[in-house]
Amino acid sequence: MENLFHLWVYLETTPLLGLAATLLVYRLATEISRLAGGHALANPVLIAIAILAGLLWATGTPYRAYFQGAQYIHFLLGPATVALALPMYANLARIRRAARAILPAILAGSLVAVVSAMLIARLLGAPREVVLTLAPKSVTTPIAMGIAEQIGGQPSLAAIFVLLTGLTASIVAGPLLKFAGVRDWRAQGLAAGTAGHGIATARMLLLSETAGAFGGLAIGLNGVITAILVPLLAGILAGP
Amino acid sequence: MLNALTLLVFCQFAGEITARAASLPLPGPVLGLVFLLAGLLLRARLGYGGPSPALKSTSQGLLGHLGLLFVPAGVGVVTQFDVIGANWLPIAVSITVSTVLGLLTTGWVMQRLAGPDDEAR
Repeated sequence: MENLFHLWVYLETTPLLGLAATLLVYRLATEISRLAGGHALANPVLIAIAILAGLLWATGTPYRAYFQGAQYIHFLLGPATVALALPMYANLARIRRAARAILPAILAGSLVAVVSAMLIARLLGAPREVVLTLAPKSVTTPIAMGIAEQIGGQPSLAAIFVLLTGLTASIVAGPLLKFAGVRDWRAQGLAAGTAGHGIATARMLLLSETAGAFGGLAIGLNGVITAILVPLLAGILAGP
Repeated sequence: MLNALTLLVFCQFAGEITARAASLPLPGPVLGLVFLLAGLLLRARLGYGGPSPALKSTSQGLLGHLGLLFVPAGVGVVTQFDVIGANWLPIAVSITVSTVLGLLTTGWVMQRLAGPDDEAR
């Protein structure tokens, strides 16, 4: 028992524990998701976060100690964002042909999402900081965290909102768009990437490669559009 | 793999530096994406063809497990339980409704304006 305790004290001080736990739990979560037949609700990201949060709570480990190891995975979001240039490059001809539709579609969706998110939260009485943090929630984590910090929101809370938005979009996008008569894979992918960034795009990629490519494009373009749009709108919409 | 990872991190680095130096409102990785895309286009223009197989496979490796990369930040939910608990209703309604509206808007506008997909399979 004494030895186990010493082992735990040692592991708590190395980044290895957080790193290994994240990888192992995510691997387990993908397996659970597979067993659930890839059902949208059995999202591996959601399962992994729930298990890891439960483990931190059960062992009384502070998040900062966990993140000391998990940051190595978190860091890869940057290079992964850069890597989105490849699916965009591969679909460039197709994107060029639809260029006149792509920009208005992303701009409109981005604007509607940002404005409605902030107004609803404000009307329902959320504090200013929460309203501001909700503004960039549709874009990929590193971008959303950067925007949130810039406009006076909470970067770590932004990361959670981004995740909840991505999970919501990945669960509803397919059935909702089909119900609304949007059957074009390019439109479905673009909508998923604009409203639900990488998490919803990853889900679309399972259904159609075209949808995945347009989703990747939307993540990049909406990241740029939101980074310009939100600082301009935030002050007006968040209220005093 | 090494060259590809170096290139991706270098693009992010160049993006970060440029964004800060020019005080652009853009996050570094997004600017890095633009740099890499410009580089790929230039490479093709100069007659060297498309992206190298190594860059393709490294990128696919990163993008294929994009979900994993969101996990560490997501576990941060444990530090925000009180804020979320106190505001769960506005947060839940705001995220759900705005996501549905955003999906519908982009989907409808795109399908209306894009015309038929000549490469549809």
